[in-house]
Amino acid sequence: MTTATQTQNPEELAPVKSESLAEVLIATERPPRPSPWSASVTFGWRAVLKIKHVPDQLFDVTAFPIMLVLMYTYLFGGALSGSPTEYLQRFLPGILVMSVVMITMYTGVAVNTDISKGVFDRFRTLPIWRPAPMVGYLLGDAMRYVVASLVMLVVGLIMGFRPDGGVVGVLLGVALLLVFAFGFSWAWTMLGLLMRTEKSVMGVAMMVIFPFTFLSDIFVETSTMPGWLQAFADNNPITHLSAAVRELMHGGWPGADIAWSLGWAGLFVAVFGPITMRLYARK
Amino acid sequence: MHRTDTSGPAIETAGLVKVFGETRAVDGVDLTVPRGTVYGVLGPNGAGKTTTVKMLATLLRPDGGEAHVFGRDVVREADKVRSRVSLTGQYASVDEDLTGTENLILLGRLLGHRHQAAAARAAQLLEAFGLTEAAGKQVKNYSGGMRRRIDIAASILNTPDLLFLDEPTTGLDPRSRNQVWDIVRAVVAQGTTVLLTTQYLDEADQLASRIAVIDKGKVIAEGTKGELKASVGAGSVHLRLREADQRQQAVDLLARALDAQVQLEPDPVALTARVGNGSGEQAAEQASRALGELARAGITVDNFALGQPSLDEVFLALTDRTAAASADSKEGVAA
Repeated sequence: MTTATQTQNPEELAPVKSESLAEVLIATERPPRPSPWSASVTFGWRAVLKIKHVPDQLFDVTAFPIMLVLMYTYLFGGALSGSPTEYLQRFLPGILVMSVVMITMYTGVAVNTDISKGVFDRFRTLPIWRPAPMVGYLLGDAMRYVVASLVMLVVGLIMGFRPDGGVVGVLLGVALLLVFAFGFSWAWTMLGLLMRTEKSVMGVAMMVIFPFTFLSDIFVETSTMPGWLQAFADNNPITHLSAAVRELMHGGWPGADIAWSLGWAGLFVAVFGPITMRLYARK
Repeated sequence: MHRTDTSGPAIETAGLVKVFGETRAVDGVDLTVPRGTVYGVLGPNGAGKTTTVKMLATLLRPDGGEAHVFGRDVVREADKVRSRVSLTGQYASVDEDLTGTENLILLGRLLGHRHQAAAARAAQLLEAFGLTEAAGKQVKNYSGGMRRRIDIAASILNTPDLLFLDEPTTGLDPRSRNQVWDIVRAVVAQGTTVLLTTQYLDEADQLASRIAVIDKGKVIAEGTKGELKASVGAGSVHLRLREADQRQQAVDLLARALDAQVQLEPDPVALTARVGNGSGEQAAEQASRALGELARAGITVDNFALGQPSLDEVFLALTDRTAAASADSKEGVAA
């Protein structure tokens, strides 16, 4: 594929300029190594550049979420709440959570495809804070989540979503979602390093994401579920998160659910962060 | 400024081992690489060259033995080693989705430059490497030669004290290969030590002052170019005669005059004679004597070439020796 597009024409190449090369090499001034934050932001910048060059990768944060909102709202709205608009008030924050949680798995896919390339060898020989490339991915992805959230909120507002919490409530909800996604994504960076192919990363990620997002209070109240399922759904981190985001967007302050969501996010970082870094060091 | 500790070799390894499953990819490598020179690591595919380089560049953890780079342990002081080395891997070690400029700015920033300084340095490097025109193109659209250049440019963003070049010219056309050689010479002229792995004897010959030959994870020969060639033996002279029916006469004559082994080539007018005493020093002298003898005997030579031992010959000579030696030692162990 790529070989066909290569311009194999050495005639075009300008010669190497030995004098200017020598000049470049004489400059041995070495700046102090970048801070962990600065290195991570630089890797985040790399992710943004990649989006700029391959904008198709925004498909999953634009078209896909719109499809989810439209599909489920009109499919379930009438049956579950009497009308799609009514259902949307409860459902939009939830589907926002579901979409963003679903697209976190692409972090793992990106890590998996990237790590096999030579450029990672170079990153790993740089004297920088070791987790910076991973944190950089997550920062770049945070941007994608913001795009996804914006797209869904705009579509929701057009369809009749009216958050009582106003702009502040919506922003708080999105912020909480981003923090959770940042923590949750470490599971996928780990998976990306662990699995051999991107297909297997997607496969495993789907097996985790589907039950956790569907068996939550995103679509229906957990009180309508059989007891054993209710027990699971009520303690599902996604339920805490979607409840918190929903309440925030509608002007409430769901302290307990916020604490649970942040706690889970912290736990994910604490567990999967070190495993990711261990795998990364050994790759 | 970073070369204050001027004593001691750039690289020193002792009994370096790396095992992948059942395979001992690197099996007890001892290397001493002096500073400020090009050190060639020569070997066929799968000999353990890349694995060795990866361990030295802190990408792989050795399973045994020790390695020091500028006196720093590559495992315990990996971070200190990383601040002084740079690696150009066998495959593009830049981001193919980004442009040349973006790649260099990215790495410049990761090395601690501010955006502006990184951009200035990137422009300077692209200019020096003749890549200014391609600066705004994604690296995936670069030709093989351009990729190599951007790769090496990325490696010398901060002039490293030690540069690893892992098969820098594999797959390049001769012209691009010569240009890479020029770059390597310029880099070494500034005082950087270069560890170069290659499959090509002529490349090591062109660039390296010392060479280690690696096969099956072991160093089977080490020394200066002269020493290495001497250990392999002589050069050879390739002759093409005008008349095929004079070949046998020529063979007899050469065998007598040079006391040399003469091989018949598939081409009925061609033959190859080993020349030079064991060290290959008098090869040219002997070859001219041979030509003289042939002329006196009335045999017309259309074409001749004096060749170094080829890489094949080096390997065959060296690996035969190690195969025999290990067979001996195995018998010893078994007994």
